[in-house]
Amino acid sequence: MSFEEIKELINRQFPVAILSEDLTATPNTLEISKDFILSVCQLLYEHDKTYFDSLSCLTGLDNGPEINTMEVIYHLYSIPYDLHLALKVILKRERPEIESVASIWKTADWHEREAYDLLGITFRNHPDLRRILLPADWEGHPLKKDYVEPEFYHGMKVDY
Amino acid sequence: MDESLSNVGRIKTGESGIIISKLDDLLNWARLSSLWPMGFGLACCAIEFMSTASSAYDLDRFGVIPRNSPRQSDVMIVSGTVTFKMAERVKRLYEQMAEPRYVISMGSCANCGGPYWEHGYHVLKGIDRVIPVDVYVPGCPPRPEALIGGFLKLQEKIKGESALRPKGIEKLMK
Repeated sequence: MSFEEIKELINRQFPVAILSEDLTATPNTLEISKDFILSVCQLLYEHDKTYFDSLSCLTGLDNGPEINTMEVIYHLYSIPYDLHLALKVILKRERPEIESVASIWKTADWHEREAYDLLGITFRNHPDLRRILLPADWEGHPLKKDYVEPEFYHGMKVDY
Repeated sequence: MDESLSNVGRIKTGESGIIISKLDDLLNWARLSSLWPMGFGLACCAIEFMSTASSAYDLDRFGVIPRNSPRQSDVMIVSGTVTFKMAERVKRLYEQMAEPRYVISMGSCANCGGPYWEHGYHVLKGIDRVIPVDVYVPGCPPRPEALIGGFLKLQEKIKGESALRPKGIEKLMK
């Protein structure tokens, strides 16, 4: 199935889900409306012509206070058809929130926890959304562009 | 049987094998000849630590045998990046070691934060901010030869110690 055919497939099922496309990206990327991400993923996962059975990576991205958006990027792979596809969702920077895809791919569980830990993106209906790398009592989300380091952590100086 | 051979055990030669030494030297010799490090690693430096223990570099020949418990260890090798999360645990392990205890800080990360010194929001900028360090081994990561060099340096340091005349008490008495 080609990129165009996949786009066609999503368009038929959810006519307003695709907001834009990026053909310069590798793999070719579709921007999906944040309300449709779970249904689109479900469709791509279940459809017998796409069968995206593997979520290779889930990435969180902060574009900074000037652009004032955050992104979640899904890299999908179909093992039987050898298809690659990336989905992108753009979120508002204040209280970024999106539906979890952990119910489709178990892999998403830890990836979403990492995005939550470092960027503060909330994944609705996640089975266990808590910090994965940083200590539980850490304050703030360090990969946000406007993150300010604390002076001390448990009495240890943070600065060099 | 030859008469002279059967009597060998009973012949007194006067050579009873006595070595005269200072107690300090004996203790130091015992300590520096069996430096047991704690068998734990933090990052890529731990890979070099492991290859130092391999047959090619044979750390055993210095009496260095990794132990799996802090209670049985004499020296802690901080081999790698120390995150704040790990720093508290490293400190706890150090406190669990019996004295006399030594610390080798291995590699740039443990020495001063290494490549994380500026933007490493999660990295402790040098293990000496948490526990006292005896020997710093530079490198990123240090080669096994460098770690062996660190052990030799530590042995030199131990050679100059005095168990009967601890420096700490001397200072207190002043």
